[in-house]
Amino acid sequence: MYHYDEYDHALVQDRVKQFRRQVERRMSGELTEEQFRPLRLMNGLYLQLHAYMLRVAIPYGTLDSRQMRKLAYIARRYDKGYGHFTTRQNLQYNWPKLEETPDILSELAEVEMHAIQTSGNCIRNTTSDQYAGAAADEIEDPRIWCEIVRQWSTLHPEFSFLPRKFKIAITGCENDRAAVKVHDIGLIMKRGEAGEIGFEVLVGGGLGRTPFIGKSIRSFLPKEHLLSYLEAILRTYNQIGRRDNKYKARIKVTFHETGAEEFTRLVEEEWALLKDSALKLPKEEMDRIAAHFEPPAFRVLDAAAPESEARKASDKGFASWLRNNIVSHRASGYSIANISLKPLGLPPGDVTSDQMDLIADLADEFSFAEIRVTHTQNLVLPHVESNRLPELYDRLVEGGLGTANIGLLSDSICCPGLDFCTLANARSIPIATQIAERFADQDRLEAVGEMQIKISGCINACGHHHVGHIGILGVDRKGEEHYQIQLGGSATEDAALGKILGRGFKADEVVDVVEKIVDIYLGLREGDERFIDTFRRVGLGPFKEGVYGAS
Amino acid sequence: MALLEMTEEGAALLEDRFERLADDDALPQSGGVMVSLARFESEKDSLFARDAELGVWLQSSESPVAIAGDLDRLALVALDFPVFADGRAYSSARLLRERYGFKGELRAIGDVLCEQLDFMLRSGFDSLEVQSPNAIEELNRVVREVRVVYQRTADGRATAIDRRMAGE
Repeated sequence: MYHYDEYDHALVQDRVKQFRRQVERRMSGELTEEQFRPLRLMNGLYLQLHAYMLRVAIPYGTLDSRQMRKLAYIARRYDKGYGHFTTRQNLQYNWPKLEETPDILSELAEVEMHAIQTSGNCIRNTTSDQYAGAAADEIEDPRIWCEIVRQWSTLHPEFSFLPRKFKIAITGCENDRAAVKVHDIGLIMKRGEAGEIGFEVLVGGGLGRTPFIGKSIRSFLPKEHLLSYLEAILRTYNQIGRRDNKYKARIKVTFHETGAEEFTRLVEEEWALLKDSALKLPKEEMDRIAAHFEPPAFRVLDAAAPESEARKASDKGFASWLRNNIVSHRASGYSIANISLKPLGLPPGDVTSDQMDLIADLADEFSFAEIRVTHTQNLVLPHVESNRLPELYDRLVEGGLGTANIGLLSDSICCPGLDFCTLANARSIPIATQIAERFADQDRLEAVGEMQIKISGCINACGHHHVGHIGILGVDRKGEEHYQIQLGGSATEDAALGKILGRGFKADEVVDVVEKIVDIYLGLREGDERFIDTFRRVGLGPFKEGVYGAS
Repeated sequence: MALLEMTEEGAALLEDRFERLADDDALPQSGGVMVSLARFESEKDSLFARDAELGVWLQSSESPVAIAGDLDRLALVALDFPVFADGRAYSSARLLRERYGFKGELRAIGDVLCEQLDFMLRSGFDSLEVQSPNAIEELNRVVREVRVVYQRTADGRATAIDRRMAGE
C-alpha cells in the first residue's frame, strides 16, 4: 500500500497545525460558530444531534495494522471506545470533544491518516474495490489510480468550493464491487484495442433525493490522461453546476438538465485544451506510485487446503463462514476473508476498540498487515492462506467477529439515522437490527440467499436504499416515524433503482413486511434464482398483491 | 476593507488605481476605472479611447471568454465572490492566467475570507479585497500555511511531483 513521502507528510502536518489554530480561535471566542463552521467542515468535523462527529478518511478503504491500532487507540482515548465504518469506506467517531479534535488529527497524521475533505463541497475520499490487489478478475490495481486522484484532489485550489460535494469511485475490473454507477464520477478500468490500459468514464450517478444511474461519457480513456479528463469534468461542473438550490447542485442534476450529449461535448472541448498539459503524469511518478502497490511476497502454495477441508466437514459454523465470507484469491492457496460487522443486535458498521486491536493483530498474523473497508460497512483481510482459515475463524469468533452473513439478508447497509443524525426523519439502526433478529437462524438466512437490504433514515439516502434489493426509507409522517419500501434496486454492474412497493409502514410493521416479501420470493423462486433475479422476472405485481392484498 | 497583495516581504496594502463605476455613473475626466461586463461591452470604444487604465469586473456567472479577446488592453480584471461558497471565480482565474495569458492585475472582490486567500493566490489572483479589519495579519498567517502543493497552477509553485522529480 501507499506510504507517505516527506511531501505528503508535510502537507498533512501543516494541515493539523492550521486546524489547531482554528480550533483555538473558536475556543477563545474569536470565531463564532457560524464563522468556524466552514473551517471545521473542511476537516470532516460535523455537529450532530448530541455531539461533534469526526469523519476520518480511509483512502480507497485500504489501511494497515498500525493504522487500525491507531483508530482503536483514538476511539478508546478520545471517544466512547468504538468507531463506525461508513459506506464511503471511512470511519466516524460519534463523540469527540471539540478541543481534542486537533490532538486526534495529530495522532492520525503520525500514521499517515487525516480527515481532509471528508466533508464540504469538495472532492471527497475516492473509493474503490475492497478486493483490489487480491481479486482474480482485476486488470490493474485500481488503488494506484485512487492514490493519484487523492493527491491531485487534495487542497485543489480550483475545486474546493464546488456547487456540492463530489464523489469518485474506481474499479479495476468489470465486476463492480465499488458501486461506481452511483457516484458523481465512476471509473471502470478496461483494456483498449491494442491491450493498453485505461478507463471507461461514467458521470452523473448518485442517490439522495434525486437518484440517477451514471452514464458513460467516454468508453475508453488512456490511463495517462486520467487527471486532465477529471479536471475537464470538474471545471465544467464548477462553471455550470447549479448554485441556486442545494438539492439540485450535484453533477447528476447538471448532467441531466444539460443533456448527456451537450455535457459530454463541453467536457471533451475542455479536455482537448488540457490533455497535454502538466496534468499528463510523468511515467516516473506513475511508476513510483504503482511500486507502492506491488503485491506482497505470496508463498508458493498448493491450491488444496486440507485443514480447511477437514474442518468444513466437521463444523457447520465454519462451513457456513467459508461459504459466505470467503472469496477466491488470485494467488494459489490464498483466500480473501471478509469480516462481517453485522453481528446480531448491534448497529451495522460499528466496531469496538478491542475488536479493532484484534483485527490489527490478525492482519499482522494472517494478511501481510493489510485490511480493507468495504462500502457495505464490513472489513476484509485480503491475503489469507487458505489452509489457515480455521485458525483465523476461531480467533474471529472469540472476538465476536465470526458472523457468517456476507451478502445475505442480515448484512444490511444502514445509515446512523435518527439515533445520531441531524438530518434524519426516522431511526434506521433499530430496523436493521430487528430484521437481522427475525432472520437469525443461519439455515433460513442461507436458504434465502443473496439479498441486499439497504436502509436510510431520510431521503438523503446515506443508506443507499434506492439500490437495495429491498430498500427501506424512513420518513416523517405527521411526527411519526414511517417507512417506505422499494424493491429491485442494485448497485453493481447491473445497477438499477428500486421501485416503490406502495404506501409506507409504521416502525413495528416493517419487519413483518420484509418477512412477507421474502416469503413471496421463496414461493416464486425458480431453482436457485436470487431475489433480484426473481424480482426482475416477475416484477412488482406479485409483491404488491402479497403485501397489500388483491385490490 | 483593505486591498492587499503579497510581496517578497509579506502581505502589503495595495493602492487602488481604479474607480469602480456603477453602470449609470458618468465617466470621470481622468484616472483608472473599473466597469461591469455589460458596460464594457456597450461602451468598449469610448472606454478604450480614454487615456487611463481600464478594468472590468465579472460576476461569478460571467465567463472570462467574454473578455478573452481584449485582455492585452485591460489593466485589471476583478472577479466577484458573491458568497464565499461560490467557487466559480477560481476556474475563471485559472482560465484567465493559464489559458488566455492575462498579465494584468487579477483581483478577488466580494465575500473574500481569510481561509480562502491561499487558494486564490494559487489560482492566479494577485490582489485581494479583504473585508476583515485584520487583513494583513490574516493574509500573512494563511499564505503558504500548507507548504506542499499537488497541483501546478499559474503561481509557479513547485508541486510535490516537481520536487520528487528534482530529487529534492
